[in-house]
Amino acid sequence: MLDQPIRVGLFVTCLVDLFRPSVGFAAVKLLEAAGCTVSVPLAQTCCGQPAYNSGDKSAAKAVARQVIAAFQERDYVVTPSGSCGGMIKLHYPELFADEPEMRRQAQLLADKTYELVSFLADVREVERVAARYDGVATYHDSCSGLRELGIKEAPRRLLASVAGLTLKEMARPEMCCGFGGAFCVKYPEISDKMVTDKTADIATTGADTLLAGDLGCLLNMAGKLARRGLPIRARHVAEVLADMTESAPPIGAPAAEA
Amino acid sequence: MRATSRAFKENVRHALADDNLQAAMAMLREGFPGRRANAVARLPEFEALRNEGAAIKDHVLENLDFYLERFEHNAVAAGGHVHWCRTSDEACAAVLAICRALGAKTATKGKSMIGEEIAINDYLEANGVTPIETDLGEYIVQIRHEPPSHIIAPAIHLLKEQVADSFRATHTHLDPARPLDEARQMCDEARQILRQKFLAADVGITGANFLVAETGSSIIVTNEGNGDLTQTLPKAHIVLASLEKLVPTLEDATTLLRLLARSSTGQEFSTYTTISTGPRRPEDDDGPAEYHVVLVDNGRSDLLGGEFREMLRCIRCAACINHCPVYGAVGGHSYGWVYPGPMGAVLTPTLIGIAEAGHLPNASTFCGRCESVCPVKIPLPKLMRHWREREFAQKLNPAPARWALAAWAFLALRPALYRRAAASAARLLGALGRRRGRFRTLPLAGGWTDVRDLPAPEGRSFMSLWAEREKRR
Repeated sequence: MLDQPIRVGLFVTCLVDLFRPSVGFAAVKLLEAAGCTVSVPLAQTCCGQPAYNSGDKSAAKAVARQVIAAFQERDYVVTPSGSCGGMIKLHYPELFADEPEMRRQAQLLADKTYELVSFLADVREVERVAARYDGVATYHDSCSGLRELGIKEAPRRLLASVAGLTLKEMARPEMCCGFGGAFCVKYPEISDKMVTDKTADIATTGADTLLAGDLGCLLNMAGKLARRGLPIRARHVAEVLADMTESAPPIGAPAAEA
Repeated sequence: MRATSRAFKENVRHALADDNLQAAMAMLREGFPGRRANAVARLPEFEALRNEGAAIKDHVLENLDFYLERFEHNAVAAGGHVHWCRTSDEACAAVLAICRALGAKTATKGKSMIGEEIAINDYLEANGVTPIETDLGEYIVQIRHEPPSHIIAPAIHLLKEQVADSFRATHTHLDPARPLDEARQMCDEARQILRQKFLAADVGITGANFLVAETGSSIIVTNEGNGDLTQTLPKAHIVLASLEKLVPTLEDATTLLRLLARSSTGQEFSTYTTISTGPRRPEDDDGPAEYHVVLVDNGRSDLLGGEFREMLRCIRCAACINHCPVYGAVGGHSYGWVYPGPMGAVLTPTLIGIAEAGHLPNASTFCGRCESVCPVKIPLPKLMRHWREREFAQKLNPAPARWALAAWAFLALRPALYRRAAASAARLLGALGRRRGRFRTLPLAGGWTDVRDLPAPEGRSFMSLWAEREKRR
């Protein structure tokens, strides 16, 4: 049993695919270091949240069916996002509440799906990573990871093992950054107020780096930090844990800064 | 009250530009959540209590007909009267009929959200009975001719300087030079004015936090004691309550009371918890000669059988409101009707329609903080999503949003095509944004770039890079 490779299917997420492939490769590196064999099913696009949260349940179900079929063969499904992880883990079974066979399959998938950092820390029981990052970072708890999946200590525990890194908590790390998927473009004024408050909290810590586990939140916060001219580097937590911060500039920074 | 929920976006712009409101909201965001967290931390069984609270409410909703009749039976046995009202019009008429029978000129009022919902003040005023709010916050918004902006702290949107100005403008018989710098001074002034109103009132109207089926009692909690004076001094006490306020027993009520104050103000118990059962008995020192319960349905029984049923568990503690980042940004008046915040985003469309209130369940990031603090575990994000599903089914959301969604779904369900599209988009945006690393503006992305930069993609999609890596292996 111990020698059996653990077959992990990586759910890349649409944002990582489009905006930041580095996060996907960081996830692969971390998973391989934790003894997993990683595959990336081709038939994945998105978890379906854009439809689900816009009230288009039938499109959400169609996308969910596609994901369920694509990942059937894997021991685990791991994704570098609490938001997409929460969608698969909690909302897929809900989506098929009235279809017993699909619900069963959705539940099977849900049971083996994990957000990346909690998978490493809680399932693979990784205690430390071989990484170095010289800087002071503050960590934002993304809403879905925190409140849907209960992820709070895992990223902090692993970050504590990164050489050279000091973690400094912001005043309200659990407060929503104002991304909320389509919310941020449907209600930009409210989103602006929320991300303004969030970036103020971040800046107050004096940290030079902002870390989080969800790219949606990071694009929002990095975009606001840049707009406000605050020189704080934003990165997905996986990039730091995988010691891959050399391979891409911080989110929203020009290529030269790499 | 006239709903302005349709103008939510405009309301929001005003709210965000209102410095006084923003200062008041900053205090709310700091105050309530911390106090609740402390109260919860001091009670190890709080989580278990939440489950128990939800179970009590579910049981009542499952057997509502039984408990309603039992409540009526016991309330009447204690000498009270129960008025069954299907709609807000019927409820208003029932209250007025009681007032008229007593020849009432004035009615004191304890804070009541169902009173706001059925707009009882306007109705009484129009029919010759002057309503006088006696909760300090509610009194403040009444003299300012504003609706409450919060379900337990009606004047939370105001700074004390604004309240002082309103007092000076209204209490013109008092010395204009009197000091009104401290909350205490304003409280004393309101007390002095309200004391005479309490003594003169013919009728006292309160809401109910709970109706107890086994005893036919109503329960209210206040921190000012105004509820007791409202219900004890006049000739008649009228309790306005919606159906879902029922609980089976006094013990159930105390379970929910343990959750209520901790969730709302962070107190272990409200300062006053008053249980009223029937009118004054011969051996009582005081109390009203008549005790009426006006039971209001106003759409509740329609919710019982449907997907919004869990909303009827709500005990109006306002924890969801106090913890909502959207409410904290825009305040209660932005929501445009009686109930603000997450509970309002679910409840308001049931009462004024989704066509009018469509923005409310959409103006949420689904951050889930509301659900995480709800003392009766109402899945508020899920219920808001149900409204979005109805909107989508009825094609009430904007056409461009529907087109974008249809285009996205078309691609998302065709992985090979999606991969090519994502790879091209990554290349194009990556090339355009490479020099700066971000976009300050981008066609069709104004909703994003009006308020923040858009970080540029790295330039290649993950799937295309992964395919190359697999080929090399």
